[in-house]
Amino acid sequence: MYRYDEFDHTLVAERVAQFRDQVNRRVAGGLSEDEFKPLRLMNGLYLQLHAYMLRVAIPYGVLSAVQMRRLAHIARKYDKGYGHFTTRQNIQYNWPDLEDVPDILEELAEVEMHAIQTSGNCIRNVTADQFAGVAADEFDDPRVYAEIIRQWSTLHPEFSFLPRKFKIAITGAPNDRAAVKVHDIGLRMVAGPDGTPGFEVIVGGGQGRTPMIGYVVRDYLPVPQLLAYLEAVLRVYNQFGRRDNLYKARIKILVHETGKEEFTRLVEEEFAAMAGEDPPALPGAELARIRAYFQPPAYADLPATTPELDLALAGNRAFARWVKTAVAEHKQAGYAIVTISLKPIGGIPGDASAEEMDAVADLSERFGFGEIRVSHEQNLVLPDVPRRDLFALWQALDAAGLATANVGLVSDIIACPGLDYCNLANARSIPIAQEISERFADLDRQHDIGELKVKISGCINACGHHHVGHIGHIGILGVDRKGVEFYQVTLGGNATESAALGDIVGPSFSGEAITDAVETIVATYIDRRQAGERFLDTYRRIGMKPFKEALYAAH
Amino acid sequence: MAHSHQIVTANRLRDGAVVYLTAQGRWSETLACGAVVEEPAALADLLAQAERSVADRVVVAPYAFAVTPRADGPHPVQKREQIRAAGPTVHPQFGRATGLACAAE
Ligand code: HEM
Ligand code: SF4
Repeated sequence: MYRYDEFDHTLVAERVAQFRDQVNRRVAGGLSEDEFKPLRLMNGLYLQLHAYMLRVAIPYGVLSAVQMRRLAHIARKYDKGYGHFTTRQNIQYNWPDLEDVPDILEELAEVEMHAIQTSGNCIRNVTADQFAGVAADEFDDPRVYAEIIRQWSTLHPEFSFLPRKFKIAITGAPNDRAAVKVHDIGLRMVAGPDGTPGFEVIVGGGQGRTPMIGYVVRDYLPVPQLLAYLEAVLRVYNQFGRRDNLYKARIKILVHETGKEEFTRLVEEEFAAMAGEDPPALPGAELARIRAYFQPPAYADLPATTPELDLALAGNRAFARWVKTAVAEHKQAGYAIVTISLKPIGGIPGDASAEEMDAVADLSERFGFGEIRVSHEQNLVLPDVPRRDLFALWQALDAAGLATANVGLVSDIIACPGLDYCNLANARSIPIAQEISERFADLDRQHDIGELKVKISGCINACGHHHVGHIGHIGILGVDRKGVEFYQVTLGGNATESAALGDIVGPSFSGEAITDAVETIVATYIDRRQAGERFLDTYRRIGMKPFKEALYAAH
Repeated sequence: MAHSHQIVTANRLRDGAVVYLTAQGRWSETLACGAVVEEPAALADLLAQAERSVADRVVVAPYAFAVTPRADGPHPVQKREQIRAAGPTVHPQFGRATGLACAAE
């Protein structure tokens, strides 16, 4: 894992001191709200419906046990005992007092964390595959490059006032778990002509009110040219991106309005101008220095299975079911990647109590090397679990209420905070998620339905990713009709390699009717599916019409 | 106008809590303590007071919203304001009592 150097420590400490001073001046009258607001936003502090909200970055979703315990401590000491893990691999605290925030930031800085660039028109927390460095299907470790991008983009003077926020996602595996096609820039590691790793560069994806799938500006970018190329893209955006209209300011609109060919030409021209004959390259020594932080831990030579594990799998149905959903293949024989569902039936997606955070921190040490990941699906991940310990881990998780066997299934719902917390919301998201989760509580039924995601956003900003689902999905968007909450449903979207945006089924549903609508959609799929078909496959084969008919037949 | 009854609200500077401007010019956490006004002039008066509170660093972002007066107290017309008054619907333990008479103020 990356450790701060002297420079990082100083930078973050100075930033905390600066913000403490700004808060003091705000409270004492030296700063007006208009002056203070941009300053607090630069430190991740929002004002929501009921209170301030502090958004803390978890760079590319990687946390140590020590950091997780600190997050729990902060939840307990300064908040109401819980935090909310978001789809952008951040954690949000919903109730901090203004004057406590500098103390919180100081406590975070002690464990090498901060809230810088979690808001504002800058390059935000870089997100990555939550299985980075351990996935069996991985081509190269994206954390190395995510960290390089993080260092380069942190307080980058040229890119601190972009036309709008800017989000970069990176994956090192062909199975895209980082939704790279719906980010401002998506990077996917690929092999070059001679087999050396490089990046496919995807630009102009996004969600929000104008969802778009990004397009490939470069099939192959050699690793050493990464930052120079990103700089070229950002310069073109900084120069031509629209600052006149908030809703047209994202790079996706620029790409769309300029045209792909012309946009690519502009980027390549900028890149060539910067590069001259000799493209500016990442120094090999620097690359090696960063890579050294991500060396694999000291894996033991462990068996892929043991008689005890086989016995438990055969004899304990609940355990076997959990293994089926929670366990992913590790690149190291004898180890497994375990996803911990933060979606208990009827729970709040992504919320974790201080006790749960502490429990996960302990388990990451007992069953791994003290590392935890946060996934964009609002779950946690233990990356290095010895397979022979899976049963013991499951028992411990079960005791902590963290063993729901629903990862990837219909109750593994992504939901934004919605109108229960968010100032911009039209409708509530969380209660809808809770009701759907309760409706499908029966795990046998969930396993029968198979891979299907429900994603809920409380407004058009799409923080709940309702436009795109991992394996086909039901998207739910809250809309306001004369002060009453309504929900618009989309089907089919997919955030993976074959990214596609969902289609709207028809008129929206009331809060009372939305769970029934989801059930009707699922029933239609079960009714029409052919052997081996996932929801997405059936949807692609039969199209929207049968779903529409079932949904609106009665009306 | 359908909803001519209004209350002025804001968030408290120190903790962001939802507060309502009372007839005595104080800020209360209880919706029922908010001064309900009908006349544009009275509303302008409340908003002007609220702006002074902003300048005094007591609250931020004040605005008026519509309520329906009822026997048990004012009832916000919009869902958003109902939730602001009562707290997140998904965390009843952090909720606040609404619909109660204004006791303390
Ligand atoms: C509660 C305070 C929040 C506010 C005020 C907020 C605001 C916004 C806004 C205005 C946009 C649209 C940006 C655009 O289209 O240009 C957006 C997009 C987005 N937000 Fe949030 N958001 C909040 C919470 C969250 C949470 C909790 C998550 C994660 C669960 C999240 C993740 C995202 C994502 C993934 C997008 C879409 C990607 C994109 O930027 O195109 N946000 N947010
Ligand atoms: S989608 Fe809308 S309601 Fe949900 S968190 Fe984002 S801005 Fe708020």
